[in-house]
Amino acid sequence: MSGRGPGRLPDAFRAPGSSSFTEFLGVHAPDLLPSRRTLPKGPVDAPHGTTIVTLTYAGGLLMAGDRRATMGNIIANRDMEKVFAADDFSVIGIAGTAGLAIELVKLFQVELEHYEKIEGALMSLEGKANRLATMIRGNLGMAMQGLTVVPVFGGYDLDASQGRIFSYDVTGGCYEEHDHHTIGSGSLFARGSLKKLWRPGLDVDQALHVAVEALYDAADDDSATGGPDLTRRIWPTVAYVEAHGVRFADEPAVHAAVEDVVAARTGNPGGAR
Amino acid sequence: MTQPPFYVSPEQVMKDRADFARKGIARGRSVIVVGYDKGIAFVAENRSRALHKVSEIYDRIGFAAVGKYNEFENLRVAGIRYADMRGYSYDRSDVTARGLANAYAQTLGTVFIQESKPFEVEIVVAEVGKTADEDQIYRLMYDGSVADEVGFVAMGGAAEPIEAGLKEQWRAGMPLSEVLQMAVRLLGQDPAGGEARTLDPTALEVAVLDRTRPRRTFRRINGDLLASLLSETDPTSDAPTDEASLGETHVSTNPQTQRPGAEATPDGD
Repeated sequence: MSGRGPGRLPDAFRAPGSSSFTEFLGVHAPDLLPSRRTLPKGPVDAPHGTTIVTLTYAGGLLMAGDRRATMGNIIANRDMEKVFAADDFSVIGIAGTAGLAIELVKLFQVELEHYEKIEGALMSLEGKANRLATMIRGNLGMAMQGLTVVPVFGGYDLDASQGRIFSYDVTGGCYEEHDHHTIGSGSLFARGSLKKLWRPGLDVDQALHVAVEALYDAADDDSATGGPDLTRRIWPTVAYVEAHGVRFADEPAVHAAVEDVVAARTGNPGGAR
Repeated sequence: MTQPPFYVSPEQVMKDRADFARKGIARGRSVIVVGYDKGIAFVAENRSRALHKVSEIYDRIGFAAVGKYNEFENLRVAGIRYADMRGYSYDRSDVTARGLANAYAQTLGTVFIQESKPFEVEIVVAEVGKTADEDQIYRLMYDGSVADEVGFVAMGGAAEPIEAGLKEQWRAGMPLSEVLQMAVRLLGQDPAGGEARTLDPTALEVAVLDRTRPRRTFRRINGDLLASLLSETDPTSDAPTDEASLGETHVSTNPQTQRPGAEATPDGD
């Protein structure tokens, strides 16, 4: 029987198969997958997202990102969100080509929800991390042409009752990180900062301060990372993942943390202590 | 289809197929889909914890079915694929129960006529609206016919006496506990007029589309919460909406609009 006929569900929809949305799209509508596109030769100029920091604390995981996207020396966007909830118990932060990265996040979110609905169960945290690795691997061709996407993935492991961090490279390699991790153009400076500021057993408020300070240090030395913008009131995006799910920090809390860090740095620009 | 050895009128073929499908459906236990003040409730008699008769399709759309499990499971998965693909390539708000019901109707209709045996299933696609007036409940039969129902639907083995009971007892704006108690009472009654059974919460599969929940409105109700909703002495009348996991969560899956509150930030540009 053919799958054609006005308005009916095509046969591919009723074919028994995996509970992966990406695999379904790959068979039924490959043009919707970012990895199946052919690209023109030569470099493509597109906005790039910059720095994401993520760290664990007692009871969960925090992920924070600055708000800037750059295109060469131009600021392409000054209030872009780069940290997203992947599902109820995990978050994803993106660096690299912003357009592709956001498309990847969108696909990843549907992938997780699709699995949850079809299987009637949550995917394990490692399962999610591996699905994301497969998607990055599919993007290698574009990465070779300069359209790199490198995310960082964090989630709350409901079995182990702790936050866990997974990092990626352009070939889809997936590595579990301990304690903290940074990605993006300002990541070296943020990582140095986190090394000195992070310690085991931080509480939520301390974790927020550490993350804001690490982003401040990244913006201090990396022109592509946006510092806290006090005149426009643009603060970093901050997401927490805990046992009861993902939540985003509300604006006054982040504002207060930023004010504290800026005040402490006045007269002590390096934050020495 | 292979050629029959002698002439059979099309009326007879259709009637035979319809009788076949109806018989298959009548063997199963019933499912009730019914509106309440804050949404739409699905109540099924189902002792399995894993093989569901009721499922989430999308943010505001739920699915319930009776009949052969492998056939409605196939349709359920197709519906989730349809909804997720549409939501992915357009927007989440562009996925509607009407579109899905149409696709199901066309599919069931084609299978009924063209394949060697019709699907022995009856399904409901329900979408919860912003107000009770905007709720939509579509009932789809094995032959692809669609009915747009108001307020309630019963399907399965003993659907007729249950529908009659619902017609008599249901009114708009009932709280969840009353609706569930009514549905469970009706599911337990004996169609042959014998003594009614009392259904234990463990023998039930209950889920709601709760219009007060953000984004994904589907929620299964079981365990202690179901027991207290079904108890006529317990004051619990509704599933709590502000549980810890919902308090501050503003999770939407659209990367561009996952934090509606963030737009309130004054912008200097």
